[in-house]
Amino acid sequence: MTPSTTEIELKPTADDHRVARHAAAAIVLTVAEAAIPLPLPGIKPGLANIITLVVLARWGWREAAWVALLRVLVGSLLLGQFLAPGFFLSLTGGVMSLVVLGLAMHLPKRWFGPVSQSVLAAFAHIGGQVLVARVWLVPHDGVFYLVPVFALAATVFGLVNGLIAARLLSEELAEKGVSAADVGK
Amino acid sequence: MNRAVALRRWLAVWASYLQAGDVLTLGVALGVCVLSALTLWQGGHPDKAIIRAGGRVFAEVDLNAPRVVEVPGPIGTTRIEVQPGRARVAADPGPRQYCVRQGWLSSAGAVAICAPNEVSLSLSGRTADYDSLNY
Repeated sequence: MTPSTTEIELKPTADDHRVARHAAAAIVLTVAEAAIPLPLPGIKPGLANIITLVVLARWGWREAAWVALLRVLVGSLLLGQFLAPGFFLSLTGGVMSLVVLGLAMHLPKRWFGPVSQSVLAAFAHIGGQVLVARVWLVPHDGVFYLVPVFALAATVFGLVNGLIAARLLSEELAEKGVSAADVGK
Repeated sequence: MNRAVALRRWLAVWASYLQAGDVLTLGVALGVCVLSALTLWQGGHPDKAIIRAGGRVFAEVDLNAPRVVEVPGPIGTTRIEVQPGRARVAADPGPRQYCVRQGWLSSAGAVAICAPNEVSLSLSGRTADYDSLNY
């Protein structure tokens, strides 16, 4: 069969497949999490960020950014939130936490693990969201009344997500250690 | 007993993923929570009592130290008592004593009016609990 001249053939690389796999996992977590009833709008565990943290540690910031932004986009499409206020809040939060993660990943590895990155990213997330909410959605200082609640949620969920990411990463390393030993035999 | 041991072991496993810097980060994060709560959630606290007589501001009193202010009016003297964080009309020559019976005012924006003697006491703060009051 002769390929038509107008046909564009996309050849996904191994990197693309990996990004897609990780993004898919993050999207599943986003959709699953949407089913959890929570008392305050704007407070979510953000489990998908576990994936972002793992990808950041293993594959670097570029891939983490791809995974996080694809998750925001597709997650909002699946939940019917695309271009709704919630989408822009997620997008701002996602971009802000990626910026902070880009800085936090250079913290000395000896002292700072995924938990630090997770907590810092969570704070960047709420920071960006509250600013967008104040400037655009609720142009009143009353928004700041909720900041302590958001900060507490960021601390708790940042800790939980960071711990899970740290555990996943260390288990991954352990598996690699085992397979390396097997190769050595 | 066994359950407590299992719980402690479970917590220890998770704590092993925390590094020194992580504990520091968490401490700072909790500090931010507490500080933001302290600074952002004291909205209703008044910091000044404004006393008016005959429509003009007679005195502005800080709510830090206890103090008594005597305000002269057309039918006598109204005595206003200030204590840290609150204020009240302690005595008034008016016939119905409405402003006295209001008792202690302690939230920003609260007002006690002694109409017969043309004296009013209002508390002001950075943010008031009320936008306006009607009688």
